[in-house]
Amino acid sequence: MDILITGLLLGGIYALMAMGLSLQYGVARIMNLANGEMLVVGAFAAFWFYTVAEISPLISVFLISPVVFFANWLIYRFMLQPLVKRSKSQGQLEVDSILATFGMSFILVGLMVAVFGGDYFNYTFLAKPVEILGNTYAANRLVAFGMAILIGSLLYLWLSFTRPGMAMRAVSVNPDAAGLAGIDVQRMSALAFALGGAVTAIGGGFISTFQTMDASIGILFTMKALIIVIMGGVGDIRGTILAALVLGLLETFIATVIDPGLTLAAAYLVFILVLLFRPQGMFGRKPS
Amino acid sequence: MKRRLILKLAGAMLAGSVAFSGAALAADVIKFGAVAPKTGPLAGGAVVTHWPNIKLWAAQINARGGLKLKDGQKKIEIIEYDDQTNPGETIKAVQRLVTQDKVDFLIGPYGTGFNLAVAPVFAKYGYPLIAMTAITDQIPDLAKKFPGMFFTLGSTTPIVQGVADILSELVADGKIGNKIAMVNVADAFGIELANAARPIFKAAGLDVVYDKSYPLGTQDLSPIVKGAKAASPDAFIAWSYPPDTFGLTGQAMVQGLDVKVFYTAVATSFPAYGGKFGSAANNVMGTGGVNPDDPAIKAYMKAHKEITGLDADFWASSSVYSSLQILEQAIEGVGEVDRAKVTEYIKNNSFKTILGDITFDENNNNVKFWTVGQWQDGVYQGVKAVGRDGAKEVRLKSGWK
Repeated sequence: MDILITGLLLGGIYALMAMGLSLQYGVARIMNLANGEMLVVGAFAAFWFYTVAEISPLISVFLISPVVFFANWLIYRFMLQPLVKRSKSQGQLEVDSILATFGMSFILVGLMVAVFGGDYFNYTFLAKPVEILGNTYAANRLVAFGMAILIGSLLYLWLSFTRPGMAMRAVSVNPDAAGLAGIDVQRMSALAFALGGAVTAIGGGFISTFQTMDASIGILFTMKALIIVIMGGVGDIRGTILAALVLGLLETFIATVIDPGLTLAAAYLVFILVLLFRPQGMFGRKPS
Repeated sequence: MKRRLILKLAGAMLAGSVAFSGAALAADVIKFGAVAPKTGPLAGGAVVTHWPNIKLWAAQINARGGLKLKDGQKKIEIIEYDDQTNPGETIKAVQRLVTQDKVDFLIGPYGTGFNLAVAPVFAKYGYPLIAMTAITDQIPDLAKKFPGMFFTLGSTTPIVQGVADILSELVADGKIGNKIAMVNVADAFGIELANAARPIFKAAGLDVVYDKSYPLGTQDLSPIVKGAKAASPDAFIAWSYPPDTFGLTGQAMVQGLDVKVFYTAVATSFPAYGGKFGSAANNVMGTGGVNPDDPAIKAYMKAHKEITGLDADFWASSSVYSSLQILEQAIEGVGEVDRAKVTEYIKNNSFKTILGDITFDENNNNVKFWTVGQWQDGVYQGVKAVGRDGAKEVRLKSGWK
């Protein structure tokens, strides 16, 4: 039982890291290697609000997310849209966007070092024990888990039951056909990219309540998010959440029952197995 | 296409490694090259321990008019490169400093692995290397291979022995039982310390009831703390790196890990540790230390805060600064920019530093250093040292309030 809850909590945190990338890659077709840096930006902002202005991360994420949303929209408009326009194929866009966002990750790291310095930063927020079924868990992790569930279900409902959501799914399935059906593909892609960035930054805000970070830690989050998005299946938010939970449960199970040293190995083993036997991911569509 | 992608990725990495150099060249300055992380996984430690000391040292020397040489006083200039926590980049930057920037002296890099990585390059160009943030048991071998390499921070075995001594004394006094939970980060540093600790703890009559490692960058350390707690140990020892030092302590608080001795390794001595955990940090032990009541250390910490705007850490900061003092005194002692003579001078002389006198032994090793410290009422005090005075009494941890 303890393994189950601890694993779900960790899975929720993984989902927070990966949902934004899932939107960006699934809809806007941008494999964003600066995803982790965006998460750290959110974390830095939450840290700053908490230590300077004494605003709880629960509130500050709502101040941060519109700013990050707008910033990501600008990034897409001015940096990535030219790449989308000139690319002749999906493959070329992926290569170009990987290179462009990889470069962007260096710029973001440099900016954060310049503004905040390279020091470790952390703060104490809701680091209280909460007892569930006889075991103790940290309150800040429970909050982050709750937030992951909330964001995940909102995104799912929005994508499934609203017009813009449906348009977004159409773009995700086939951008050309979506354009023929009268959907503004460029606008939808920009929206998805911006929304993905905002979700990632919110995730960063909550992860910063319990994790020590520094300006250069983003790449760790990018790697994890990448694995989760590919495992879950490109372009399906349910797959991303499920993959995140599976990974969280698996790592906790291995760490508790076998050896904490093997968690990474186990995670990559599952990743390889998924790639071998279900290359389109757990929820992905087979390429037609 | 895949190969092209990899090639392009590699290209992007090269392009990303833009180095930046220091102030403009002046005619009559002595140039020092410095390479250490400003970005990457170890940047968080380097910006606390490494870079501020270089800034402080250079500012102080230039404020007093420069280094006193035979042909008059000369100001110094530091040329800095970011190695992105990548040993390949460190070596490239060192080569660049020597061949392009033509620096007169080099300052040792940050971290054990990085000092070992650059040792052959320093030796090839004939630059003395004072390894100020390296802990290893291979010092005699290294000194034989690289006669211009010196060590100031200590070696693995005495650091582990310091912990074992404290524990076995507490057991002998009947203050704690002999059950130890030990964890380590699965990285060169953590593995070397854990491997050294197993036989030493056994010889000290300690019973290691929980012994696990975890990968660098582990997101959730709660299974480890829960596992340790289930073994109901008397002491918890973690050979940890900064992010997990914070993470393990946070989890221990949440889980209410009730041990009499709680020890985490790197970053326990950072001001940020005491800042984050406040009174809960009280009586937590960590690697290394200083005697903060010593007047020289007091003056150093005050100057550090004034000039860099940052607090010095309570362990390696003073070792970094002392190493720079050694370089400074050796250059002034020789009186000219002659790297071979400076190396000989470091070998054969004793130096007055903020840590006290430092003399290198036949293995180029400084054998007087702090091994264990402890947060006591908001100050990180040295509680165990080899050859240094002023160790405080060890206190027992009681709860996390």
